[in-house]
Amino acid sequence: MQDNVKDNGITPSQTVGPFFKYGLTPTGEYAWNDAFTSSTLTPDVTGDRVRIEGRVFDGDGVVVPDVMLEIWQADAQGRFADPQDKRALPNASFRGFARCGTDKDGNYAFETIKPGVVPDPDGKPQAPHILLAVFGRGMLRHLYTRIYFSDEAGNAADPVLALVPADRRATLTAVREAGKAVYRLDLRLQGDNETVFFDV
Amino acid sequence: MTFIYPVDSNKAHPLPLSPEYKSSIKRAPNKPLIPMRHTLSELTGPVYGHETLREGDSDLTTQHTGEPIGERIIVHGHVRDEDGRGVPNSLVEIWQANSCGRYVHVRDQHPAPLDPNFTGAGRTVSDASGYYRFVTIKPGAYPWGNHHNAWRPAHIHLSVFGHSFVTRLVTQMYFPNDPLFPFDPIFNSVPDEKARARMVSAFDLENTQPEWALCYRFDIVLRGKNATPMENH
Repeated sequence: MQDNVKDNGITPSQTVGPFFKYGLTPTGEYAWNDAFTSSTLTPDVTGDRVRIEGRVFDGDGVVVPDVMLEIWQADAQGRFADPQDKRALPNASFRGFARCGTDKDGNYAFETIKPGVVPDPDGKPQAPHILLAVFGRGMLRHLYTRIYFSDEAGNAADPVLALVPADRRATLTAVREAGKAVYRLDLRLQGDNETVFFDV
Repeated sequence: MTFIYPVDSNKAHPLPLSPEYKSSIKRAPNKPLIPMRHTLSELTGPVYGHETLREGDSDLTTQHTGEPIGERIIVHGHVRDEDGRGVPNSLVEIWQANSCGRYVHVRDQHPAPLDPNFTGAGRTVSDASGYYRFVTIKPGAYPWGNHHNAWRPAHIHLSVFGHSFVTRLVTQMYFPNDPLFPFDPIFNSVPDEKARARMVSAFDLENTQPEWALCYRFDIVLRGKNATPMENH
Protein backbone atom coordinates (compact mmCIF):
# COMPACT_ATOMS: atom_id res chain seq x y z
CA MET A 1 0.00 0.00 0.00
CA GLN A 2 1.16 3.54 -0.72
CA ASP A 3 2.07 5.41 2.42
CA ASN A 4 2.56 9.15 2.81
CA VAL A 5 5.09 8.73 5.63
CA LYS A 6 8.36 6.97 4.83
CA ASP A 7 9.98 7.43 8.25
CA ASN A 8 8.96 8.21 11.81
CA GLY A 9 9.72 11.92 11.67
CA ILE A 10 6.78 13.90 12.96
CA THR A 11 4.15 15.58 10.85
CA PRO A 12 5.01 19.29 10.63
CA SER A 13 2.69 21.96 11.92
CA GLN A 14 0.84 24.35 9.62
CA THR A 15 -1.08 27.47 10.54
CA VAL A 16 -4.64 27.09 11.81
CA GLY A 17 -5.42 29.82 9.23
CA PRO A 18 -8.15 32.46 9.31
CA PHE A 19 -11.11 30.13 8.80
CA PHE A 20 -11.00 27.66 11.72
CA LYS A 21 -13.94 29.10 13.57
CA TYR A 22 -16.79 27.13 12.03
CA GLY A 23 -14.93 23.89 12.67
CA LEU A 24 -13.17 24.43 16.00
CA THR A 25 -15.03 27.24 17.83
CA PRO A 26 -18.46 27.58 16.17
CA THR A 27 -20.16 28.78 19.42
CA GLY A 28 -23.59 28.50 17.84
CA GLU A 29 -22.79 30.75 14.86
CA TYR A 30 -22.29 27.94 12.35
CA ALA A 31 -24.21 24.79 11.53
CA TRP A 32 -21.78 22.63 13.40
CA ASN A 33 -21.80 21.21 16.90
CA ASP A 34 -19.41 22.49 19.53
CA ALA A 35 -17.12 19.90 21.06
CA PHE A 36 -15.52 22.49 23.31
CA THR A 37 -16.34 25.73 25.05
CA SER A 38 -14.40 28.43 26.85
CA SER A 39 -15.34 26.93 30.22
CA THR A 40 -13.86 23.97 32.09
CA LEU A 41 -16.61 24.17 34.71
CA THR A 42 -18.75 21.12 35.35
CA PRO A 43 -21.61 20.93 37.85
CA ASP A 44 -19.60 18.82 40.29
CA VAL A 45 -16.32 20.70 40.09
CA THR A 46 -14.82 21.90 43.34
CA GLY A 47 -12.42 24.79 43.88
CA ASP A 48 -12.35 28.54 43.43
CA ARG A 49 -14.18 29.58 40.28
CA VAL A 50 -12.31 32.24 38.35
CA ARG A 51 -12.56 34.10 35.09
CA ILE A 52 -9.37 34.74 33.14
CA GLU A 53 -9.65 37.40 30.46
CA GLY A 54 -7.53 39.66 28.35
CA ARG A 55 -6.69 40.79 24.85
CA VAL A 56 -4.22 39.58 22.25
CA PHE A 57 -1.92 42.00 20.37
CA ASP A 58 0.48 41.64 17.44
CA GLY A 59 3.90 43.24 16.95
CA ASP A 60 2.33 46.59 15.99
CA GLY A 61 0.15 46.61 19.10
CA VAL A 62 -2.89 45.90 16.93
CA VAL A 63 -5.51 43.59 18.39
CA VAL A 64 -5.61 40.08 16.96
CA PRO A 65 -9.20 39.08 16.25
CA ASP A 66 -8.54 35.60 14.91
CA VAL A 67 -6.46 33.54 17.30
CA MET A 68 -7.61 30.42 19.06
CA LEU A 69 -6.53 29.78 22.64
CA GLU A 70 -6.54 26.46 24.47
CA ILE A 71 -5.95 25.86 28.15
CA TRP A 72 -4.93 22.68 29.98
CA GLN A 73 -4.79 22.54 33.74
CA ALA A 74 -5.03 20.47 36.90
CA ASP A 75 -8.07 20.49 39.15
CA ALA A 76 -8.14 22.32 42.48
CA GLN A 77 -6.30 19.40 44.10
CA GLY A 78 -3.51 19.56 41.49
CA ARG A 79 -4.66 16.42 39.64
CA PHE A 80 -5.00 16.02 35.89
CA ALA A 81 -8.01 14.41 34.20
CA ASP A 82 -5.69 12.04 32.32
CA PRO A 83 -5.01 8.42 33.29
CA GLN A 84 -1.31 9.15 32.73
CA ASP A 85 -1.45 11.11 35.98
CA LYS A 86 -1.19 8.07 38.24
CA ARG A 87 -2.07 10.15 41.30
CA ALA A 88 -5.41 11.16 39.86
CA LEU A 89 -8.67 10.15 41.45
CA PRO A 90 -11.50 10.39 38.94
CA ASN A 91 -14.00 11.80 41.43
CA ALA A 92 -15.33 14.64 39.30
CA SER A 93 -16.25 15.23 35.69
CA PHE A 94 -13.77 18.14 35.47
CA ARG A 95 -11.60 17.66 32.37
CA GLY A 96 -9.22 20.58 32.57
CA PHE A 97 -9.44 21.68 28.94
CA ALA A 98 -11.14 24.60 27.22
CA ARG A 99 -10.88 26.44 23.93
CA CYS A 100 -11.94 29.88 22.72
CA GLY A 101 -11.34 32.31 19.88
CA THR A 102 -10.68 36.03 20.24
CA ASP A 103 -13.45 38.42 19.24
CA LYS A 104 -13.16 41.35 16.81
CA ASP A 105 -11.49 43.45 19.53
CA GLY A 106 -8.97 40.75 20.39
CA ASN A 107 -10.73 39.77 23.63
CA TYR A 108 -10.66 36.28 25.10
CA ALA A 109 -12.09 34.86 28.33
CA PHE A 110 -12.05 31.51 30.10
CA GLU A 111 -14.23 30.37 32.97
CA THR A 112 -12.39 27.83 35.08
CA ILE A 113 -11.21 26.99 38.58
CA LYS A 114 -7.91 27.93 40.08
CA PRO A 115 -5.70 24.84 39.78
CA GLY A 116 -3.90 23.26 42.71
CA VAL A 117 -0.21 22.64 43.12
CA VAL A 118 1.50 20.24 40.68
CA PRO A 119 5.02 18.91 41.36
CA ASP A 120 7.95 19.46 38.99
CA PRO A 121 10.12 16.48 37.89
CA ASP A 122 12.13 16.74 41.15
CA GLY A 123 8.99 16.70 43.27
CA LYS A 124 9.23 20.39 44.06
CA PRO A 125 5.91 22.22 44.07
CA GLN A 126 5.04 24.46 41.13
CA ALA A 127 2.85 27.46 41.81
CA PRO A 128 -0.70 27.12 40.48
CA HIS A 129 -0.54 27.56 36.72
CA ILE A 130 -2.44 26.88 33.52
CA LEU A 131 -0.88 25.86 30.23
CA LEU A 132 -1.95 28.04 27.32
CA ALA A 133 -1.52 27.27 23.62
CA VAL A 134 -1.95 30.07 21.06
CA PHE A 135 -2.93 29.25 17.47
CA GLY A 136 -3.50 31.79 14.73
CA ARG A 137 -3.32 32.94 11.16
CA GLY A 138 0.30 33.93 10.60
CA MET A 139 1.45 31.45 13.22
CA LEU A 140 2.93 28.41 11.52
CA ARG A 141 3.04 26.53 14.78
CA HIS A 142 1.13 27.23 17.95
CA LEU A 143 3.00 28.81 20.84
CA TYR A 144 3.04 27.54 24.43
CA THR A 145 2.93 29.79 27.44
CA ARG A 146 1.71 29.57 31.05
CA ILE A 147 -0.74 31.56 33.11
CA TYR A 148 0.21 32.20 36.76
CA PHE A 149 -1.89 34.09 39.32
CA SER A 150 -0.83 37.40 40.86
CA ASP A 151 -2.05 36.52 44.35
CA GLU A 152 -0.09 33.28 44.77
CA ALA A 153 2.84 33.43 47.19
CA GLY A 154 4.24 30.27 45.56
CA ASN A 155 5.19 32.21 42.43
CA ALA A 156 8.42 33.35 44.08
CA ALA A 157 9.69 29.76 44.36
CA ASP A 158 8.20 28.38 41.14
CA PRO A 159 10.91 26.45 39.23
CA VAL A 160 9.58 27.40 35.79
CA LEU A 161 9.11 31.11 36.54
CA ALA A 162 12.70 31.00 37.83
CA LEU A 163 13.84 30.24 34.25
CA VAL A 164 12.29 33.51 33.06
CA PRO A 165 14.15 36.84 33.39
CA ALA A 166 12.59 38.72 36.30
CA ASP A 167 11.51 41.63 34.09
CA ARG A 168 9.50 39.33 31.83
CA ARG A 169 7.61 37.34 34.49
CA ALA A 170 4.74 39.81 34.49
CA THR A 171 3.85 38.60 30.97
CA LEU A 172 2.92 35.25 32.52
CA THR A 173 1.05 36.58 35.54
CA ALA A 174 -2.69 37.17 35.41
CA VAL A 175 -3.55 40.06 37.70
CA ARG A 176 -6.51 39.75 40.04
CA GLU A 177 -9.06 42.55 39.82
CA ALA A 178 -9.79 44.01 43.24
CA GLY A 179 -12.69 42.30 44.94
CA LYS A 180 -13.52 40.00 42.00
CA ALA A 181 -12.69 36.45 40.98
CA VAL A 182 -11.43 37.87 37.69
CA TYR A 183 -7.84 37.80 36.48
CA ARG A 184 -6.54 39.80 33.53
CA LEU A 185 -3.69 38.80 31.26
CA ASP A 186 -2.96 40.36 27.89
CA LEU A 187 -0.89 38.42 25.38
CA ARG A 188 1.62 40.16 23.13
CA LEU A 189 2.83 37.96 20.32
CA GLN A 190 5.79 40.21 19.48
CA GLY A 191 7.61 43.37 20.50
CA ASP A 192 7.66 45.35 23.75
CA ASN A 193 6.50 43.25 26.67
CA GLU A 194 6.34 40.24 24.39
CA THR A 195 4.74 37.29 26.17
CA VAL A 196 7.19 34.63 27.27
CA PHE A 197 6.77 31.49 25.20
CA PHE A 198 8.32 28.16 26.14
CA ASP A 199 10.22 25.65 24.03
CA VAL A 200 8.47 22.50 25.13
CA MET B 1 3.39 3.15 28.91
CA THR B 2 5.33 6.28 29.73
CA PHE B 3 6.25 8.64 26.94
CA ILE B 4 9.00 11.17 26.46
CA TYR B 5 8.80 14.05 24.00
CA PRO B 6 12.24 15.01 22.69
CA VAL B 7 12.31 18.71 21.88
CA ASP B 8 14.57 17.95 18.90
CA SER B 9 11.60 16.43 17.09
CA ASN B 10 10.18 19.95 16.81
CA LYS B 11 12.80 20.70 14.15
CA ALA B 12 10.34 19.28 11.63
CA HIS B 13 8.07 22.28 12.27
CA PRO B 14 8.32 25.63 10.49
CA LEU B 15 10.17 28.44 12.27
CA PRO B 16 7.75 31.03 13.71
CA LEU B 17 8.95 33.73 11.32
CA SER B 18 8.69 32.84 7.65
CA PRO B 19 8.79 36.21 5.86
CA GLU B 20 7.42 34.86 2.57
CA TYR B 21 4.24 34.20 4.55
CA LYS B 22 3.36 37.84 5.22
CA SER B 23 1.04 37.28 8.15
CA SER B 24 3.91 35.75 10.15
CA ILE B 25 5.90 39.00 10.16
CA LYS B 26 3.96 40.70 12.96
CA ARG B 27 2.85 37.58 14.78
CA ALA B 28 6.09 35.69 15.35
CA PRO B 29 7.88 36.28 18.66
CA ASN B 30 11.17 38.20 18.39
CA LYS B 31 12.63 36.67 21.53
CA PRO B 32 13.82 33.07 21.68
CA LEU B 33 11.51 30.51 23.26
CA ILE B 34 12.60 29.60 26.78
CA PRO B 35 13.57 25.93 27.17
CA MET B 36 12.20 24.05 30.18
CA ARG B 37 11.88 20.49 31.43
CA HIS B 38 8.52 18.84 30.93
CA THR B 39 6.54 18.64 34.15
CA LEU B 40 3.36 16.67 34.75
CA SER B 41 1.49 19.63 33.24
CA GLU B 42 3.21 19.11 29.88
CA LEU B 43 3.27 15.29 30.08
CA THR B 44 -0.51 14.97 30.43
CA GLY B 45 -3.20 16.13 28.07
CA PRO B 46 -6.91 16.34 27.43
CA VAL B 47 -8.72 13.03 26.91
CA TYR B 48 -11.71 13.27 24.56
CA GLY B 49 -13.10 10.07 23.09
CA HIS B 50 -16.22 8.77 21.41
CA GLU B 51 -18.51 10.66 23.79
CA THR B 52 -17.31 13.81 21.97
CA LEU B 53 -18.74 12.64 18.65
CA ARG B 54 -22.19 12.84 17.17
CA GLU B 55 -23.53 10.53 14.52
CA GLY B 56 -22.32 11.57 11.07
CA ASP B 57 -19.44 13.70 12.36
CA SER B 58 -16.90 11.77 10.28
CA ASP B 59 -18.91 11.87 7.03
CA LEU B 60 -18.99 15.44 5.73
CA THR B 61 -21.18 14.42 2.78
CA THR B 62 -24.20 13.45 4.88
CA GLN B 63 -24.58 16.42 7.23
CA HIS B 64 -27.31 18.14 5.21
CA THR B 65 -30.48 17.16 3.36
CA GLY B 66 -28.77 16.76 0.00
CA GLU B 67 -25.40 15.62 -1.23
CA PRO B 68 -22.64 18.18 -1.68
CA ILE B 69 -21.26 18.96 -5.14
CA GLY B 70 -17.76 17.75 -5.85
CA GLU B 71 -15.51 14.76 -5.92
CA ARG B 72 -16.33 12.40 -3.03
CA ILE B 73 -13.20 11.11 -1.30
CA ILE B 74 -12.18 8.90 1.59
CA VAL B 75 -9.35 10.20 3.79
CA HIS B 76 -7.92 7.67 6.18
CA GLY B 77 -4.75 6.67 7.98
CA HIS B 78 -3.20 6.10 11.35
CA VAL B 79 -2.26 8.51 14.08
CA ARG B 80 1.16 7.26 15.17
CA ASP B 81 3.96 8.18 17.54
CA GLU B 82 7.67 8.47 16.78
CA ASP B 83 8.18 4.77 17.50
CA GLY B 84 5.58 3.93 14.85
CA ARG B 85 2.95 2.82 17.37
CA GLY B 86 -0.65 3.75 16.79
CA VAL B 87 -2.04 6.49 19.03
CA PRO B 88 -5.42 5.16 20.14
CA ASN B 89 -8.50 7.17 21.13
CA SER B 90 -7.18 10.49 19.84
CA LEU B 91 -9.57 13.16 18.68
CA VAL B 92 -9.03 14.26 15.06
CA GLU B 93 -10.88 17.38 13.90
CA ILE B 94 -10.95 18.60 10.29
CA TRP B 95 -12.21 21.64 8.44
CA GLN B 96 -11.90 22.59 4.80
CA ALA B 97 -13.16 24.58 1.83
CA ASN B 98 -15.85 23.13 -0.45
CA SER B 99 -15.14 21.79 -3.94
CA CYS B 100 -15.07 25.36 -5.30
CA GLY B 101 -12.47 26.45 -2.79
CA ARG B 102 -14.92 28.45 -0.65
CA TYR B 103 -15.15 28.23 3.16
CA VAL B 104 -18.43 28.80 4.97
CA HIS B 105 -16.53 31.19 7.29
CA VAL B 106 -18.12 34.67 7.05
CA ARG B 107 -14.77 36.26 6.24
CA ASP B 108 -14.26 34.16 3.11
CA GLN B 109 -15.99 36.31 0.49
CA HIS B 110 -14.09 35.34 -2.64
CA PRO B 111 -16.27 34.86 -5.73
CA ALA B 112 -16.98 31.14 -5.58
CA PRO B 113 -20.32 29.63 -4.56
CA LEU B 114 -21.18 28.19 -1.19
CA ASP B 115 -22.72 24.73 -1.19
CA PRO B 116 -25.87 24.51 0.95
CA ASN B 117 -25.11 20.82 1.46
CA PHE B 118 -21.58 21.25 2.73
CA THR B 119 -20.34 22.79 5.97
CA GLY B 120 -16.84 21.38 5.72
CA ALA B 121 -16.26 20.41 9.36
CA GLY B 122 -15.83 16.95 10.81
CA ARG B 123 -14.35 15.04 13.69
CA THR B 124 -13.57 11.49 14.64
CA VAL B 125 -11.61 9.49 17.20
CA SER B 126 -8.81 7.09 16.31
CA ASP B 127 -9.53 3.45 17.18
CA ALA B 128 -7.44 1.09 19.33
CA SER B 129 -4.81 0.84 16.58
CA GLY B 130 -4.73 4.58 15.90
CA TYR B 131 -6.79 4.27 12.70
CA TYR B 132 -9.15 7.06 11.63
CA ARG B 133 -11.35 7.61 8.57
CA PHE B 134 -13.34 10.47 7.04
CA VAL B 135 -15.59 10.72 4.01
CA THR B 136 -15.65 14.17 2.47
CA ILE B 137 -15.44 16.19 -0.77
CA LYS B 138 -12.12 17.08 -2.34
CA PRO B 139 -11.56 20.77 -1.54
CA GLY B 140 -10.73 23.26 -4.28
CA ALA B 141 -7.71 25.55 -4.45
CA TYR B 142 -8.47 29.18 -3.63
CA PRO B 143 -6.89 32.61 -4.03
CA TRP B 144 -5.52 34.61 -1.13
CA GLY B 145 -3.88 37.98 -0.66
CA ASN B 146 -0.35 37.04 0.34
CA HIS B 147 1.21 38.10 -2.97
CA HIS B 148 0.20 38.68 -6.59
CA ASN B 149 -1.74 35.70 -7.98
CA ALA B 150 -1.37 33.71 -4.76
CA TRP B 151 -3.34 30.46 -4.57
CA ARG B 152 -3.39 27.92 -1.77
CA PRO B 153 -2.93 24.31 -2.88
CA ALA B 154 -6.02 22.24 -2.06
CA HIS B 155 -5.80 21.14 1.58
CA ILE B 156 -7.75 19.81 4.54
CA HIS B 157 -6.98 21.34 7.95
CA LEU B 158 -6.44 18.81 10.74
CA SER B 159 -6.28 19.20 14.50
CA VAL B 160 -5.03 16.25 16.57
CA PHE B 161 -4.65 15.83 20.34
CA GLY B 162 -2.38 12.83 20.98
CA HIS B 163 -0.95 11.67 24.32
CA SER B 164 -0.16 15.01 25.93
CA PHE B 165 -0.59 18.76 25.61
CA VAL B 166 2.83 18.96 23.92
CA THR B 167 1.79 16.49 21.20
CA ARG B 168 -0.96 18.88 20.14
CA LEU B 169 -0.79 19.30 16.37
CA VAL B 170 -2.62 21.51 13.92
CA THR B 171 -1.57 20.88 10.34
CA GLN B 172 -2.82 20.71 6.76
CA MET B 173 -3.12 17.65 4.55
CA TYR B 174 -2.29 18.24 0.90
CA PHE B 175 -2.97 16.17 -2.22
CA PRO B 176 -0.26 14.47 -4.28
CA ASN B 177 1.43 16.28 -7.19
CA ASP B 178 -0.27 19.62 -6.68
CA PRO B 179 1.23 22.11 -9.16
CA LEU B 180 0.84 24.91 -6.61
CA PHE B 181 3.36 23.44 -4.13
CA PRO B 182 6.40 25.41 -5.38
CA PHE B 183 4.55 28.71 -4.98
CA ASP B 184 2.93 28.26 -1.56
CA PRO B 185 4.79 29.96 1.33
CA ILE B 186 2.82 28.04 3.96
CA PHE B 187 3.70 24.61 2.54
CA ASN B 188 7.29 25.74 2.01
CA SER B 189 7.61 27.17 5.53
CA VAL B 190 8.62 23.62 6.51
CA PRO B 191 12.36 23.71 5.86
CA ASP B 192 13.05 20.01 5.33
CA GLU B 193 11.87 18.39 2.09
CA LYS B 194 11.24 15.02 3.76
CA ALA B 195 9.15 16.71 6.42
CA ARG B 196 7.14 18.57 3.76
CA ALA B 197 6.45 15.25 2.06
CA ARG B 198 4.79 13.99 5.26
CA MET B 199 2.07 16.60 4.77
CA VAL B 200 1.14 15.20 1.37
CA SER B 201 -1.40 12.40 1.32
CA ALA B 202 -0.85 9.32 -0.86
CA PHE B 203 -3.39 8.20 -3.45
CA ASP B 204 -4.69 4.85 -2.21
CA LEU B 205 -6.09 2.75 -5.06
CA GLU B 206 -6.41 -0.34 -2.87
CA ASN B 207 -8.96 1.41 -0.65
CA THR B 208 -10.64 3.39 -3.41
CA GLN B 209 -14.24 2.23 -3.59
CA PRO B 210 -15.33 1.31 -7.12
CA GLU B 211 -18.15 3.45 -8.51
CA TRP B 212 -18.11 5.55 -5.33
CA ALA B 213 -15.03 7.40 -4.03
CA LEU B 214 -11.29 7.85 -4.50
CA CYS B 215 -9.21 7.22 -1.40
CA TYR B 216 -6.25 9.12 0.06
CA ARG B 217 -4.04 7.85 2.85
CA PHE B 218 -2.71 10.27 5.43
CA ASP B 219 -0.73 8.98 8.39
CA ILE B 220 -0.12 11.56 11.09
CA VAL B 221 3.03 11.20 13.21
CA LEU B 222 2.91 12.91 16.60
CA ARG B 223 5.73 13.49 19.06
CA GLY B 224 6.31 10.77 21.62
CA LYS B 225 8.68 7.86 22.21
CA ASN B 226 8.60 5.06 24.72
CA ALA B 227 10.44 6.25 27.83
CA THR B 228 11.65 2.75 28.67
CA PRO B 229 13.84 1.07 26.03
CA MET B 230 12.73 -2.31 24.65
CA GLU B 231 13.98 -5.29 26.65
CA ASN B 232 16.57 -7.46 24.92
CA HIS B 233 15.75 -11.15 24.87
